[in-house]
Amino acid sequence: MQMESFYDVMRSQGVSRRSFLKFCSLTATSMGLGAGFVPQIAHALENQPRTPVIWLHGLECTCCSESFIRSAHPLAKDAILSMISLDYDDTIMAAAGHQAEAILDEITTKYKGNYIVAVEGNPPLNEDGMFCMPGGEPFVEKLKRVSKDASAIIAWGACASWGCVQAAKPNPTRATPVADVITDKPIIKVPGCPPIPEVMAAVITYMVTFGRIPPLDRQGRPKMFYGQRIHDKCYRRPHFDAGQFVEDWDDEGARKGYCLYKMGCKGPTTYNACSTVRWNDGVSFPIQSGHGCIGCSENGFWDKGSFYDRVVDINQFGIESNADKIGLTVAGAAGAAIVAHAAVSAIKSTALKRQDLKSLNDVQREETR
Amino acid sequence: MKPLKTYGFDNDIPAELGGRRTTAVYVYQAPVRIWHWLTAISVMVLAITGFFIGKPLPTLSGEASAHFLMGYIRFAHFAAAYVLAVGLIFRIYWAIVGNAYSRELFIVPVWDPQWWREFFYEVRWYMFMVRYPKKYVGHNPVGQFAMFCFFLCAVGMILSGFALYGEGLGEQSWAYRMFGWVISLVGGNSMTLHGLHRLGMWFTILFVMLHIYAAIREDIMSKQSMISTMVSGFRMFKS
Ligand code: HEM
Ligand code: HEM
Ligand code: SF4
Ligand code: SF4
Repeated sequence: MQMESFYDVMRSQGVSRRSFLKFCSLTATSMGLGAGFVPQIAHALENQPRTPVIWLHGLECTCCSESFIRSAHPLAKDAILSMISLDYDDTIMAAAGHQAEAILDEITTKYKGNYIVAVEGNPPLNEDGMFCMPGGEPFVEKLKRVSKDASAIIAWGACASWGCVQAAKPNPTRATPVADVITDKPIIKVPGCPPIPEVMAAVITYMVTFGRIPPLDRQGRPKMFYGQRIHDKCYRRPHFDAGQFVEDWDDEGARKGYCLYKMGCKGPTTYNACSTVRWNDGVSFPIQSGHGCIGCSENGFWDKGSFYDRVVDINQFGIESNADKIGLTVAGAAGAAIVAHAAVSAIKSTALKRQDLKSLNDVQREETR
Repeated sequence: MKPLKTYGFDNDIPAELGGRRTTAVYVYQAPVRIWHWLTAISVMVLAITGFFIGKPLPTLSGEASAHFLMGYIRFAHFAAAYVLAVGLIFRIYWAIVGNAYSRELFIVPVWDPQWWREFFYEVRWYMFMVRYPKKYVGHNPVGQFAMFCFFLCAVGMILSGFALYGEGLGEQSWAYRMFGWVISLVGGNSMTLHGLHRLGMWFTILFVMLHIYAAIREDIMSKQSMISTMVSGFRMFKS
């Protein structure tokens, strides 16, 4: 039997050739590739055997799935979704129960070493993983079993990438990022809470069309979408550079759309594509709606102090305090100590002066002798 | 009898340094002095501009195109940062080619019990427990220790600062390639690095406060010149 290609699958799902080519050019554009890549993508999709995608759900809120199915390009969404739902996604697939699990077994054996595992959520490790039990099996077991023969793993969202809210202090279930559990496979982190749907679609399309993982940055995120900070492409940036800030939620600056830095905007420390791709069909993104970025795609963003402050608590040393509080206390104490020390020094030296002068005279007498 | 090895001395200048009558010794060579004052200026600029990077000045009204306040503040920070960093590299080089006193900033003889004895002697002097401090041609042990701490802090500020700078320049930049690992080291979220960098500013301020106080006080009370030494290079001993 000849392996079916993506093109075959799409055609059998009722996608026309014309729509298929549109999809190819959309994909190329969204990944920042030139028009010359369109035939290449089409050729790959027509001729390469289809890469199955298994979508697993661990400890999560399904916001990644919700985001994904709202992708702004309906074509991309339909096409990719039809490819994926063919395989395994326990939340949105038609099959259920034993039937669904049978499909999972079938894919992992039939496509051994050639399928992609996309993980939404993460495994909790406390109590032998009992806090998350899909299909009567601890999720951590399922994740390890399914990942064993995968070619690569996609970690969707802040949960799979960093741990997110369920891993925030004190992390009672010991929710653990996927990369800490699966250590022998390439892992592509697509963080965000949730990630931007167009980004998700493009990452998965890149992988299935080119049969390799996209170029990743130091932290394992695709460079093409996480290579810049929100701050680098924020349309309010001129106000930042000018020194024009919103100081209060209802002040003149807020009405005029000044920079939200003083309201705690985390744009300068957040790598994501919101300020370029935006959300909901490119309608807006949080800063455009007047609220600072909360840094949802950054590691441990729940535990980095207030969303509404820039100088936030650091808990590196077991104390919850920010640099300015610590610094002002220490500098204040040092200042007081200096004043006191100077006063004592002055008193002491006056009292000792006479003796000092006497010994100086002794020395002089000695020298003239 | 060979005298016990000491770092400081008590009454007159030892004979090998020019005999009893010499009261001035050339200590800090010109490059060290120039470096010191350049560093002092750059650190003050860094602390002031850095403070206002984290907690900016009140909003300016009018068109954004008419102002560039944050831009200038950040520019001053980065310019002073280059002075600090290049200066420190030069200072390390000078420790290799300079005189013996130029190495004291980097090499603290913590392995030597005699150094520790004199360290605690100096602490007792600061706590008014002894009448006279010992005299030092170079740094006194407590000062030397504090200056070494500042050196470490400056290295930390340069590493964290250039990592943050690399984020601004972009992931392709030399700064990000060379220093980006610092961000991974503190967990990957550079908010943490901002916090630590700011904490470093407060440590620097603490050092500068104590340092300037000690320099002025020693100048008046310890019978050896301090501030003029950092200006002219000569240490005067009065006694
Ligand atoms: C004694 C040395 C230094 C002091 C006291 C200092 C102080 C500060 C402070 C207080 C901040 C604000 C942190 C915050 O609240 O977010 C800051 C930010 C920064 N510093 Fe420094 N700094 C020093 C050295 C350096 C060096 C050597 C560099 C290297 C280029 C550097 C680069 C930066 C950058 C890039 C930022 C962030 C600017 C931004 O977010 O727009 N700093 N510094
Ligand atoms: C930001 C400000 C400053 C910094 C970071 C700083 C740092 C240093 C460092 C690292 C040294 C050791 C020099 C070496 O061994 O090469 C030193 C020495 C010295 N500094 Fe500063 N300094 C600052 C400001 C000042 C000021 C304002 C004064 C004068 C009031 C001063 C007076 C001295 C003196 C007298 C010495 C020599 C001490 C000795 O002979 O043992 N410094 N300083
Ligand atoms: S609103 Fe946020 S991201 Fe935009 S310029 Fe200001 S600080 Fe940067
Ligand atoms: S603007 Fe910031 S907080 Fe909002 S979605 Fe984008 S990365 Fe997350």
